[in-house]
Order: sequence, then structure tokens, then C-alpha cells
Amino acid sequence: MKDMIPVDRKMSTMQDSKISARGVQVYYGDTHAIKDVDVEIADKTVTAFIGPSGCGKSTFLRCINRMNDTIDSARVMGDILIDNEDIYDPKVDPVQLRAKVGMVFQKPNPFPKSIYDNVAYGPKIHGLARNKADLDEIVEKSLRKAALWDEAKDRLDAPGTGLSGGQQQRLCIARAIATAPEVLLMDEPCSALDPIATAQVEELIDELRQSFSVVIVTHSMQQAARVSQRTAFFHLGNLVEYDDTDKIFTNPQDPRTESYISGRIG
Amino acid sequence: MSNTLILLIVLGLGVFGFFAGRSRAMATVGGDRRLLHSLPNYYGANVALNTIVPAVIVLFTWSIVQPMVINGAVSGMINQDRIAEGSSLGLVMSDVRRVAEGLDVAVAQGVMTPDMASDIRAESSNVREQLAQVGVPLGSGVTSETLQAAQSYRAMAGTGNLLKTLVVLLVSAAGLALSWRLITRDYRARNVVEKGIMIVLIGAASIAILTTVGIVLSLIFNTYEFFKLYPVTDFFFGTNWSPSFSGRGQSSELGILPLLWGTLYISFIALLVAVPIGLFAAIYLSEYASKSVRAIAKPMLEVLAGIPTIVYGLFALLTVGPMLVEVFGDGGLLGVNWMSGGTAVMTAGLVMGMMLIPFVSSLSDDIINAVPQAMRDGSLGLGATHSETVRQVIIPAALPGIVGAILLAASRAIGETMIVVLGAGAAARLSLNPFDAMTTVTAKIVSQLTGDSDFSSPVALVAFALGITLFVVTLGLNIFALYIVRKYREQYE
Ligand SMILES: Nc1ncnc2c1ncn2[C@@H]1O[C@H](COP(=O)(O)OP(=O)(O)OP(=O)(O)O)[C@@H](O)[C@H]1O
Ligand SMILES: [Mg+2]
Repeated sequence: MKDMIPVDRKMSTMQDSKISARGVQVYYGDTHAIKDVDVEIADKTVTAFIGPSGCGKSTFLRCINRMNDTIDSARVMGDILIDNEDIYDPKVDPVQLRAKVGMVFQKPNPFPKSIYDNVAYGPKIHGLARNKADLDEIVEKSLRKAALWDEAKDRLDAPGTGLSGGQQQRLCIARAIATAPEVLLMDEPCSALDPIATAQVEELIDELRQSFSVVIVTHSMQQAARVSQRTAFFHLGNLVEYDDTDKIFTNPQDPRTESYISGRIG
Repeated sequence: MSNTLILLIVLGLGVFGFFAGRSRAMATVGGDRRLLHSLPNYYGANVALNTIVPAVIVLFTWSIVQPMVINGAVSGMINQDRIAEGSSLGLVMSDVRRVAEGLDVAVAQGVMTPDMASDIRAESSNVREQLAQVGVPLGSGVTSETLQAAQSYRAMAGTGNLLKTLVVLLVSAAGLALSWRLITRDYRARNVVEKGIMIVLIGAASIAILTTVGIVLSLIFNTYEFFKLYPVTDFFFGTNWSPSFSGRGQSSELGILPLLWGTLYISFIALLVAVPIGLFAAIYLSEYASKSVRAIAKPMLEVLAGIPTIVYGLFALLTVGPMLVEVFGDGGLLGVNWMSGGTAVMTAGLVMGMMLIPFVSSLSDDIINAVPQAMRDGSLGLGATHSETVRQVIIPAALPGIVGAILLAASRAIGETMIVVLGAGAAARLSLNPFDAMTTVTAKIVSQLTGDSDFSSPVALVAFALGITLFVVTLGLNIFALYIVRKYREQYE
């Protein structure tokens, strides 16, 4: 049985690729931050990006919902397709793309609004709720999923900026899932969380996998091994190795991957 | 010796002290600077500070106190009964000072010898003519009493100046010698200099604060004088402003309400123009404009802020006023006859609004830029459009700061004078029609004090009461604005 699982996973990933990136290059001015990366990200899976600090994980993640458009010096080349549609095509509206591809940022960035308004922000903009009761329900559900409901239910009107760092991060997760995206990009979502909240967020990620495809950047090998089915190892802007998570952690092909996961580089 | 010369000598001593102190410190350790407690420059700076700072403090205090003392002594000499009808001790004293100055000038130009200047008698020669020769015109003939007072004024000032020079130089030299002698290898020059610098900084700060206090006190004092002559309630609740300069202003009506109304009405129109335009310009510049547009547009807006207000006033008088008359005046484009002359609340308000645009936009631009990029990313990352992000995240986040900017702009509008003088006219009036000429508190302060004003009549003193009212209003606005801006700052730090 145990051997069956990876095969099963492999099958599913091969079936439908949600995101496919080909020959992606990113420059920040003269800095070459992403060098010719090809990657296929499957639907309904969790994909982990690992690699040493500054290797370009966040940069690549931001390409997937065109957040790099907001950085003047950033230039993105190559193709990224979501559902076989080139997202860098001039016809594509980055605003609609970002509604479909949600993102949780590396640093928590709640709006200076109430906790409720923070979560309700996306649904309001996209008209996801028919009435106030609907909206209340979305907010509650999102906060519950992000493991923040118990702490926040009595202070929904308090400013989101008044929460602790870890609570703010979970608020940002709640805010992202309230918009019901098809792809969720999470940049080190647990770096500010305690083990209990981390476990809850990991549970959430696993649950999200039922309907979304999730890409998570993490510095914790254990976390990557626990939550993801596929793992990509980045090093100095290159995608060094991309394979099933089990394979990366048990039998890496590239010596750099091996050194990194065994703690020798990074 | 003049103060400048004394100051230069003290500074020279300071420079000398620096090098003397430095070399003495080096000498105590035989040239090995590692053995010193502090760097050699600190020993030098210590001597220089001790040479300069106390001497300069003495110099300034002396220069302020001496005229007061002499004034007191000389006014004692003037016989109260001899003060002419309609005049006052103050006026006589200013005559005395003028004559004394004139004598100084005459001596300096060689028209009189020093002895002549101190012995000359009003009975035997025409002092007025002699002083007019050297370019010091006097309003009336010089009485012998005034002349004598002026002569003793000069004598006292001369002795005082000599004493001052001696004392200041002595203090300076003593500071130099003492601090030079104190130098040993273990002397903590660095710590002493640190303290000295702090004292200099505190001095600068106290001068700024004392000036403010001085201004406020003089306002309060003169306002008090005014309210002795004119009832408080009539001033604050009077709806009529018609100062009468005849009969020492006793029959004037000096109600502040028409002036306050004009001030607020014009400021309101100015803000109505400046706030939306300035704010939208700021949003465009900080959120939408490309780097190159911003690089050109921002300095250009700031040039607008550098134009002197009198130029705006001319613009109001020569361009905006006539243009408005063409539209709203008799036989104008609209066929209404709302406006009879170019000077009106509307004219001044529009032009003042233009003046305030760069003020609002450049402050708001800074505040919007201070909103962290992470906020924008968060909103854009949720699929919000650019303008949704601006409306729902950026503006609410920046709102307290923007309100602060608007309040600061409001206090500038309230204090503005030149545009009002040229654009709104001089008629104090309580009217709702924005095309009527009206005037403001500041413009009236100017007109009450220009010309030959007699500071004992309510017509002139009212300027101080107006001033302090304005001061309280703008101070309140500024404090409110600062409070809001500060509250906003706490959010991201
Ligand atoms: N806005 C930017 N402007 C210029 N260079 C940037 C910018 N953002 C990132 N870089 C550069 O691109 C490279 C990749 O950065 P990135 O943030 O993607 O790293 P990362 O893998 O996410 O690192 P970490 O694990 O520390 O978050 C780095 O060398 C970084 O200096
Ligand atoms: Mg990163």
C-alpha cells in the first residue's frame, strides 16, 4: 500500500497541470534573479518551493500572479500558463488573474481596518456575497479555516494591525481564502507561527488541496515533507530539482539538493 | 567697539584657544596621543568653547539690558509736566534716542567734534538744522530738555559700551586661561565637550521658545491695553466694523465678527479649491505617474509653492477678478448681476486655493508615499484594481495624515494677507454673497497699523486683539493637525 501512494500522486499530477512555466527569466535591473525555470504545477496538489535565502523562491512565486508587475525594475520573460492560458498575454487582465490566484505574503500585511473588514475586503470587491449574512458567513468560515476564529470572534471590529505577528499572518491567510481563489500562493506562511498554529495552517493547506492547487514556500524541510506532494529546490536562481516530495527527501538526484536538505548548504 | 568687532575678537581668541589647548594636551604626554584620555581635538574644542560661549552670553545679555537701564535712567530726567499735550513719555523718549543717534552720526562724519556734541546747547545753536545736514531729519525743533537728555543718553551709552567691551573680553580671556590650565593627560575633555555642546543646543532651543513667548506676551499686553479702552463683548460680538480715526477713535465700532466671517468664508472657498485638486494631484503623482513624469511634475508643483503671495495677489487683482466680473458681473456671460467689482470673496478664495494646491499636494504625496508597499501588494494580490486599492486601502490608511495636511493648509489660508488685500477688497461686511467684497482679520491688522498710528488709541490697539484672536485660532488648528498627524505616525512604527 505504502508504495502505491507516490504512484497515485504521480498519476494525478500528470493528469492535469494547472500552472506550467517555460523558460522563465526574471531580472531586477541587472540582477538575474530567476534563470530559465521550467516547472509544471499540478491541480489539487501542494507544491513546496525550498532553497537557501535569496535564491529566488519569492520572486518566482510572484511571477505566478504577476505581482512583479508592481516592481518597476522587475522584468519577466518566458511563458507562464494557467489552465493553458498565457498569463503574460496582453489580453489577460492582471486584476482578474490575481482574484483567481491568491497570495499570502512573506511578511504579514493586514490593512489598517477592522479584522472583519480585512477578511471581507476580497469578497466585497468581487461581489461574492449576496447580503450581509452571506458576508458574515464567508468571514467566519475563512477565519475558522485560518485557525483565527476563536481568538478573533469577540473582537471582529478591532483593527487588524493590533493583532500579534502570528495572528496577523493567519488573518492574511483568512483574507486570501475568503476570495475563493483557484490557486493559492503562500510565501513562508508559518514563519511567524507557533507549533500549534503551524499545525492548524498545515491542516488547512491539506484541506485546501481538495479544491485548490497550493504553492508554498518554506524553510522548514519537515514542513515541506509533511504538507507537499511535489517539491522544487531552487538554488541561485536555478530550479535544480523538481520531483515528488518523497523522492527529493529520500533520494535526491542532484548533489546540491542533497547537501541542502542534509544541512550542508543554505 | 561695536558688537560685531567684539564678537570677532572673541571668536579669534577661541580659535587661538583651540590650538593652544590642543598643543598643551599633546605636550603633557610628550606627543603620544594614545596616553591622553580624549582625542587632542577635544582638548582644543574644550578651550575654544570655554573662551567663546560664556563671553557671547555676557555680550548678548549686556546688549539687551544696557538700553533698558539707560532708558529708565534718562526718562527719570524728563519732567512729567513738560510733556506736551497729546504726546507721551514714549514719544519724548523716542525723540531723545533719535537726537542721540543723530549726534553719533554727526560725530562719525566729522561735522561735530565729540566735545561739541556733548556741550552743544539748544539755546545757542540750531541742532535740528545741523542734524538735517548729516541726513538725520527730525520732526520738530529740539528743546533744550530733549537735547540734554540725549546728551546724557550718549554719555551713558558710551561708558556702558566701554565697560561691555572690557567685561566681555575679560570673560573670554579668563575662560581661555582657566580651561587651558586645567588640561592634564587625564582631564576628561571629551565628556566636558559633550556637555558644552548640549548647552549650546539648549541655548538655541530656548531662543526659539523665548521668542515665541515674547511675541505672545507683547500681544497679550497690548490686547489688555485695548480692552481697557474698548469693551470685550463689543469686540467679540459686535457685527459692525467701522473704525473712526478722528477724535482718537472713541466713536469707532470695532466688532470682529465681520472680519472673522470674511476670513472663514475666503478660507473655505480656498480649501474647496485646494483640497480636491491637491489631493487628486497627489494621488496621481504618488500612485499613477511614471518615474519620469513624477520627476518633472513634482518640482513644478513645488515651484508653485515658492511664488511669493504678493504675486498671487496681483494675479487675483489683474486677471482673476476681471475674468469673474466678465462672467458674473453686470452684462456678463451669464446675464446675472451678482458681482459689481473685481475684488470679491470669490476672487481671493480662488487664487488662495491655487496657492494652497502645492501645499496640500506635496504634503499628501509624502503621506501617501509613506503607506507601506506591502499594503498595496496585499490589496492588489486580492485582485483589487488600482483605484480600488487607492480608495479602500491607501486613502483610509493615509487619511489622518491627509486631514493633518488639510488643517495645516487651512491655518495658512487663515493667516494669508496679501491675496486678500489685493483680491477681496477692504470692506468689512457680513454677507452671504461670495461675489461681494469682504475683508479678513489679517488685512485689517495691516490697515489699522499702516500710516501714522498712535498706539494709545483703540483704533490701533485693536490690531493686537485681532492678532491674538487669529493666533489662538491658528494655534488651535495647528495643534489639532499635529495631534492627528502624530496619531497617524504611530500606526506603522
Ligand atoms: N524588489 C527587488 N529589487 C531588486 N532585487 C530584488 C528584489 N526582490 C528580490 N531581489 C533579489 O532577487 C533575488 C531573489 O530574491 P527572493 O526574494 O526571490 O529570494 P527568496 O528565495 O524569497 O529568499 P528568502 O528565503 O530570504 O525569502 C535576491 O538576490 C534579491 O536580492
Ligand atoms: Mg522570500
